[in-house]
Amino acid sequence: MERDTEVELARQLIAGNPEAFDRFVEHFRAKIFHYSWLMCGQREDAEEVAQETLLKVFESFDHLRDPERVRPWIFQIAKNACLMKRRKSVFAPSKELSLDEFLPTMSHAGGHGKLQIADWSSLPDDRMLRSELKGVLEQAIGELPENYRSVMLLRDVEELSTLETAQILDLTEDVVKTRLHRARLAVRQKLDEYLSTSPARGK
Amino acid sequence: MASHEHNEKCKEVFSLLSEYLDLELTAEACQEIEAHLVGCPPCIEFAESLRKTVDLCHRYQPTELPDPLGQQAREQLLDAYRKMLAGRKPVS
Repeated sequence: MERDTEVELARQLIAGNPEAFDRFVEHFRAKIFHYSWLMCGQREDAEEVAQETLLKVFESFDHLRDPERVRPWIFQIAKNACLMKRRKSVFAPSKELSLDEFLPTMSHAGGHGKLQIADWSSLPDDRMLRSELKGVLEQAIGELPENYRSVMLLRDVEELSTLETAQILDLTEDVVKTRLHRARLAVRQKLDEYLSTSPARGK
Repeated sequence: MASHEHNEKCKEVFSLLSEYLDLELTAEACQEIEAHLVGCPPCIEFAESLRKTVDLCHRYQPTELPDPLGQQAREQLLDAYRKMLAGRKPVS
């Protein structure tokens, strides 16, 4: 669902039109569940976070002054619900990622520098992500340290802006940019490893 | 150009790639990166792989979905919504 549609549904609900209710709930419930599942690592926690978030959303819908902001507003509430719920992350402990660990290796055979990197041209460009690749992507995001994972989920999966992400996570925009870049490099590296192990996989 | 300088420029470009892809750099900084990329195939190749990574995230649709919403949970939400509407001050 595009952001425009979400905004329209929010407008209808604010105007008191309950016909938008089920579509709105179904859409955001799946989104919040997915974010929480990748942040908390537990299905049951993610289900609870989704319900608690939506409950809070409906209780305080009047606080949403600008329907255009419905997605970041909901993720702000979801992030807080997730923090309350979260047990110790099952995926990875919090740690800092440094740029240097993602610098690509060069080989200098024949006097010319060549990047040691998989053949990314074989990556499918169609709309459907194959399930195996999807699993690799999910695992790569899931293995990111938590403070990087939340940034990448909000920026690249939920496609929120740098400013919206900064406001939700209570960070400066510069910190969001720094973490996003390192998170992307880490995920890129995992995908590269996957593509390197069998070049035919991307086809 | 000494190869050392070249490597330093590659590293600088490497550190700015996400902001470059997100169009968050100044026009001047963008031009500087593009001027480097034109003459540096390894940096182009790396930038392309990062662009594809971001693109995969944008296209990604979750496999893991919540269980269907139960009737009781739905009622709880609908009830909260109705109460919120009922609690509004009438417009005079």
